[in-house]
Amino acid sequence: MTFLQFRILKDRLSGNLFLALSLFSILTVVMIGAGLYWKSAPILREQSIFHLLFSKEWKPFQHQFGFLTYIIGSLVVTGLALLMALPLSILSAVYISEFSPRGLKRILLPLIDLLSGIPPIIYGVWGVLTIVPFIQERLAPRFVPFASGYSALAGGVVLAVMIFPLLISILLEVFATVPSELKDASLSLGANEWETVKSVVLKKSIPGILAAAILAISRALGETIAVLMVCGNIAAIPHSIFDSVYPLPALIANNYGDMLSIPMYDAALMLAALILFAIIFLFNAVSRLVLYRLERRDE
Amino acid sequence: MVLSTLIIAGSLGMILWTIMSRGIRSLNWDMITKIPGGGFYIGKGGGILNAIVGSVYISIGSVLLGLAISIPAVLYINAYARRNAWLANITRLVFDVLFGIPSIVYGAFGFTVMVYFGLKTSLLAGIITVTLMIVPILARAMDEVIRLAPEELSDATYSLGATRWETSKILLRQSTAGILTAILLAFGRAIGDAATVLFTAGYTDSIPTSLHQPAATLPLAIFFQLSSPIDAVQNRAYAAALILTIIVLIVSLAGKYFGKRLSRHKI
Repeated sequence: MTFLQFRILKDRLSGNLFLALSLFSILTVVMIGAGLYWKSAPILREQSIFHLLFSKEWKPFQHQFGFLTYIIGSLVVTGLALLMALPLSILSAVYISEFSPRGLKRILLPLIDLLSGIPPIIYGVWGVLTIVPFIQERLAPRFVPFASGYSALAGGVVLAVMIFPLLISILLEVFATVPSELKDASLSLGANEWETVKSVVLKKSIPGILAAAILAISRALGETIAVLMVCGNIAAIPHSIFDSVYPLPALIANNYGDMLSIPMYDAALMLAALILFAIIFLFNAVSRLVLYRLERRDE
Repeated sequence: MVLSTLIIAGSLGMILWTIMSRGIRSLNWDMITKIPGGGFYIGKGGGILNAIVGSVYISIGSVLLGLAISIPAVLYINAYARRNAWLANITRLVFDVLFGIPSIVYGAFGFTVMVYFGLKTSLLAGIITVTLMIVPILARAMDEVIRLAPEELSDATYSLGATRWETSKILLRQSTAGILTAILLAFGRAIGDAATVLFTAGYTDSIPTSLHQPAATLPLAIFFQLSSPIDAVQNRAYAAALILTIIVLIVSLAGKYFGKRLSRHKI
């Protein structure tokens, strides 16, 4: 074999190996979906998916697996987080991209990056040490007679802080795709900077902001440990934001220990994971496609 | 606007302050050099060496395994699939989507794989599950850097008669700094994640000596010990939180440093 043939052989072999590993990575998505479906199939054969999703009864010993309380728990916490994080993130992303002096930007961006690197468990410890006591001692007594502090609100606050970095970094990318000619045109017509931001930058970015919000929602829906530590984990539909909630990921994380000893329990928990996976997969795919289109428009 | 920026930056400061001020009080030399004395829930003396070692094992193992999968995949979409743009685009989309999948789902999936192969909670199962979680992180970060390598560079290598394999090596060398950043980023995520290892790596008070033994991890050391009524055990949780934060901060700052050096290699 000549040296050239050897080089070509090496090229072919590595090409096939690399292709195989790429396909393997792509297939991970399929494998996760199929694996979770395989484990949750027994319960789906026994009960209809609508019954499982919209029933409030969760009694593993009596074969009752209604997810409604947990789904509501997840939605409440996620909704609260988005309500707090989205306006704050939009405002500060506008500030960072349009108004802040360059030196400040160079401090703020790494700070936000750092915030995104902190592990969820640390946010959880922070929530337990500061947010929960604050709600219990200061905030809640003004509205309700008794509160433990471990509440939907605490979960929402911790989640909001966790999704700040994600929202801001995507929003900054989105604002960067707004053509500067448009801003110049607006300014030259006599609009001031705030008017330009309002009617050019924000208006042009609506699809991007929506995509960022959806990504943030899916991050918040799947967050487990930090929320689990502060939201109380009582399976009941909350009457106020100071009540405890029990989100879906917390349900999975708390019960994996005994799920193998009760029939159908493991199938029910894997179904919960499958539901999370399906929702988040869909949300991610849609918002990424929107973001891709925005970037392409930029080119 | 300034106010909301302040709130966001302030929340970071507040988190660090809380962890530092509470952790410093609990941290001492025993914490990082001894394994727990009387079981992780019972208390007595001792530290969290088991969790530190377990976390480091899992993170290093999964980063190495993750690199073995993600480097070829990234090279494939950047050097080999140049004419096959749709495959590259789909791969990128899949990595973006996988990046968003929560770690609890990876944990649950890792658990089904374990059951399927008859594995028990072990270091090995933990490494495999964490690897699945960090492959998209590694791939996305490296893809971003390798894509920045100038088109002319690969054109030049091809015109000199290089094969795609040889061009890949050039691309890798051009992106060394970026790959280091990706590794540190993935290491930071791997060491800090609790939900993936909860099902798969288990928890133990000793230091694992083989891949088939369960391993303790820092996030779980925090999670389990924080809920203990005993002060000595709670202190271990706060110390673990401080140590984890310090590790993660060092890793992200090192990542920043390499990221900056990247720009010096401009052609």
